[in-house]
Amino acid sequence: MASNWSIFMAFFRAGMLGFGGGLSAIPIMHREVVTLKNWMDEEEFADVLALANTLPGPINTKLSGYIGWRLGGFWGMISGVSATIFPTGLMMILLLTVLNAYKDKPWVQGMAQGVIPIAGVMIGVLAWDFVIKSKKSMGWPMAVVLIAFSIVVMQVLNIHPAILIAILIVTALALPGKKPEKQVDKS
Amino acid sequence: MIIYWKIFMANFVANILGYGGGPATIPLLEHEVVNRYGWFTTQEFSEMVALGNGLPGPIATKLAAHIGYVQGGIPGALIGLFATVAPSIILLFALLGILMKYKNSPKVKRLTQYVRPAIAVLLGVMTYDFFFHSYESAGIWHTVILAVVSLVLLERFKVSPVYVVLGALVYGGIFLG
Repeated sequence: MASNWSIFMAFFRAGMLGFGGGLSAIPIMHREVVTLKNWMDEEEFADVLALANTLPGPINTKLSGYIGWRLGGFWGMISGVSATIFPTGLMMILLLTVLNAYKDKPWVQGMAQGVIPIAGVMIGVLAWDFVIKSKKSMGWPMAVVLIAFSIVVMQVLNIHPAILIAILIVTALALPGKKPEKQVDKS
Repeated sequence: MIIYWKIFMANFVANILGYGGGPATIPLLEHEVVNRYGWFTTQEFSEMVALGNGLPGPIATKLAAHIGYVQGGIPGALIGLFATVAPSIILLFALLGILMKYKNSPKVKRLTQYVRPAIAVLLGVMTYDFFFHSYESAGIWHTVILAVVSLVLLERFKVSPVYVVLGALVYGGIFLG
């Protein structure tokens, strides 16, 4: 069993060392939980990660919540999740509040303008990443059809993304359970 | 009171629909806080994304904390964070048994697969918005220089986003101020 403090510290380290979005923290979490502390074996960690991936929302907080629970019950979960969200949330608020306080200075406005293209690049890279993952999991034809369908629904018909995503979820669950992947006939 | 409800809903909707981890929730969150509630401009939102990426930790919770704080102070930040993390954790526990049983079922695997292309489109549109906005405010040359240099540094040389964001802040302070 693990103390709340050690759970907090493990996820605090993983959160603080994981730059560039939550996904970069997963290998660090794995190191803390499986390699260093032996709180879980390889297989269980992989299972939790797979489960977290099936559900919406941030992956990290689901992992820290579940692992915290497994190790220390309700308070273990609170420790794990708190360590993941509060320190970085506080840093974010402080940084942006300081920046906004000097908003009337031209050089601060310049700084704010300077980071917009960087945000564009970061989001663009993510967009491409999602396209490639779509292609890997379902092949180009299906991926292109779904991308085109999404563009029409959201950009041309101006339907809220929530409705489109709901339709996609229902379709995924309702279609017969045959594998859409290509490796079906290899036996 | 109503503002807390709105903070809760904006984060709840974006995160409960965001399949594919925190990054998937970014464009959905933008849709809520920029288009729907009009709390932030595209420029302000893109600043949040860039600076948020320059800090460690999950992106969705950093955005939630800041959005909640700006709209509703400390309680707002806590509500935003709660709406971001609690529903998916509750869902995880509620469905744990079912998910464990069907984790190899193609239907369950298909969930994320089918939603991914829609998220790709949302992220693509957001990329366009950010660049278009930058073109309008900083002009074409600064936009191209910053975009190309940061892309090469981040993707080719795997430079940490911290240094890239810091570099862009310095560049902006000197050349765009």
